[in-house]
Amino acid sequence: MGKTPAPKGGKSKSFGVYMKRYWQLYAMLLLPLTYLAVFKYAPMIYVQIAFKKYSLVKSIWELPLADNHGFEFFIKAFKNNDFKYALRNTLTLNLLDLIFGFPAPIIFALILNELCFKRYKKVVQTIAYMPHFLSWVIIYSLALQLLAPNAGLINMVIKDLGGEAIPFLNDESHWIGSYISFGIWQNFGWGSIVYLAAIAGINPELYEAAAVDGAGRFRKMWHITLPGIKPTIVVLLIMSLGNILGGGFDRPFAFQNNLVMRVADVIATFVYRVGIKGLQFSLTTAVGLFQSVVGVFFLLMANFISRKLGERGIW
Amino acid sequence: MKVKSRADKVWDIVFVIFCLLVSAMCIIPMLNLLAKSLSGTDFLVRNEVYIIPKGLNFNAYSTVLKDPKYIRAFVWTVFLTVVCTILSLTMTTLCAFPLIFENLKGRKLINIFITITMFFNAGTIPNYLLMQKLHLLSNPLVLILPGVMSVYNMIIMRSFFYGIPDSLRESAEIDGATFFEILVMIYLPLSKPVMATLALFYAVGRWNSYSDALMYMRDTKFYPLQLLLYNIINNINQVEVATQEGFSAPGLSESLKAAIVMFSTVPILCIYPFLQKYFIHGVTLGAVKE
Repeated sequence: MGKTPAPKGGKSKSFGVYMKRYWQLYAMLLLPLTYLAVFKYAPMIYVQIAFKKYSLVKSIWELPLADNHGFEFFIKAFKNNDFKYALRNTLTLNLLDLIFGFPAPIIFALILNELCFKRYKKVVQTIAYMPHFLSWVIIYSLALQLLAPNAGLINMVIKDLGGEAIPFLNDESHWIGSYISFGIWQNFGWGSIVYLAAIAGINPELYEAAAVDGAGRFRKMWHITLPGIKPTIVVLLIMSLGNILGGGFDRPFAFQNNLVMRVADVIATFVYRVGIKGLQFSLTTAVGLFQSVVGVFFLLMANFISRKLGERGIW
Repeated sequence: MKVKSRADKVWDIVFVIFCLLVSAMCIIPMLNLLAKSLSGTDFLVRNEVYIIPKGLNFNAYSTVLKDPKYIRAFVWTVFLTVVCTILSLTMTTLCAFPLIFENLKGRKLINIFITITMFFNAGTIPNYLLMQKLHLLSNPLVLILPGVMSVYNMIIMRSFFYGIPDSLRESAEIDGATFFEILVMIYLPLSKPVMATLALFYAVGRWNSYSDALMYMRDTKFYPLQLLLYNIINNINQVEVATQEGFSAPGLSESLKAAIVMFSTVPILCIYPFLQKYFIHGVTLGAVKE
C-alpha cells in the first residue's frame, strides 16, 4: 500500500498529490486493460497476413507481400465458389432473421402487455426466457428430436394425421425454415425484455387521455405503445443492420450437416473449415478482414440513415 | 375503469390462449426430450414416445452416471464455469469502477481504447495465431483467459455504478476512505443485483459455449460438456453407445443421447428462474446506456 511516494516540489507536485490518491484506480485498471491489449489488440498484428504470403517458418514481419500489390488473397477469395456461397448464405440467413426474427419479440411484448392476469403473465415470461439459456448444441439436439424424419415428434404427428414425413433438416429449403424458426424460438422471449421495459416507461396519462377520447385497445397500441417504443426499436434495428454480414459461429455450425452445406455454410464456418482445418491462413484472414470492415461500414451507414430520418442513432 | 366491452373480453381470451400456445411451444421440446430419456427401448424403436414416457426406466441416466467420461466432463465444466465467473466478475468490476470517476486523468482515452474493441474484431484466424504464439493451444487456460471480460457486460456494470448516488462516495472520500475501500465497503454491498445478473450471463456463456474448445483445444481430456455433446450428436466419436453387452439396440442410444442432453441442460434451467428479477434489470441497463 502507498508505494508511490509523492515527488516533492516543482511542477510535478500537484501530479504527485493526484497520483498519491488516484494510483489505486490505475492499479485496478491495469489488469482489464492488459487483458484487452493482449486478447483484443495483439491479434490485430496478425491481420497483416491477409496481405502477405503466410509461412510457418518466418516471423510475420518478414513475410513477403502477396501478389497484386498484396490483394492476391482478396481476389482469390472472390474467385472461390465456397466463399461466394458463404457470403450469399450469411446475407440470406441474416436478412431472414431480420425479417422474421426481429418483429417477433416486439409482437410478443405487445401481447404480454395486454394480458390482465399478473401472475399468468409472470409464468409465461419465465417460460419464454428459457430457450435463451440453452446452448445451440442443445437446441440442435432438440431440433433433431422434434424434426427427424422417422422418430421426430412433429413428423410422428404428421404421419399420425396421414401426411408424409417432411425432411425438415435434410432438404435445403426446409433447413432454412427450421434454422430461422429455431432462431426465433431461442430469442423471442429474451428479446421482449427490452421492449417490455420501454413499454413500462410510457406515461400512463397518455393511455388515460386516449381512453377518454374513445380509443380502443388496438388504437392505443398503434398510437401510443408503438410510438413509445420506437426509439428502442430503431436502436436495435440499427444494431441488427450493422450485423447483417456478421453473425456468430455457434448457431450455424451446430445446425449444419453435409446435405445442406450449400445453403448452410456461412462466413464464420467457412473461415473455420478452410482456415483452421485447411490451414489457408492468409485467405481466411482476408475473408475475416473483409467481414469486419464491411461490418463497421454497415453500422456507420445504418446509424447515418437513422439520423437522417430524424431518429437518434446509437451514438 | 370503464366496463369492458364484449369485443374487449374476446380479445383478452385470445391473448391468453396465444400465450398458452407460445408457452407450450417452449416446453414441448423439453418434455419430448425428457420423455425419450426415460422411455423403454421398445417404445422408442417403434416411435411411440411423444411427450409422456412409455416403459418408464432410468437406464439411460444410470449409464450416463456410470460413465467416467461424462462425469469428468461435467465436473470439469462446472469447475470451469465457477472459475470463469469469479474471474470475469472481478475483472469487470476492476474495469467498471475506476471509469465512473470523472476526474480520473486519461479516462476519455481509456474509454476509446475499450470501445474500439466492441466495433472491430481481428477475426478468427488472427486470434488463433495469437493463441498459438502464446502457447495456449490445448492448454486448459485457453478456455478461461480469452473471454475473461466482456466489454458489453462491463458497460452494464458501469451503468449500474452510475446509478449509485455520488453523495455516498463523496462522504466516504471526506472521511478519508481510499478508492479501494469505497469499492469494497460502499459499491460492492449495493451491487448485488448487477453482480447476480452478470454472474448469470458469464456462467451461462461459459457453460454453453463450445466453439472455443472446438478451435483451440485438441486434448479431449479438457473438452467441456457442450463439445462432448456436439460430438455425440454428430456421431463424431463412437462413444454414444455404451459398449455393454445387450445394450447396443438403437433405442438406448436414442434415450442415452436424450439423457446426456438433459444432464447438460438441467443445471442452468434450475438457476435462471430465481435470478429473473435481476437479469431483467440488467438487460434493461445494457440497452438504455449504450
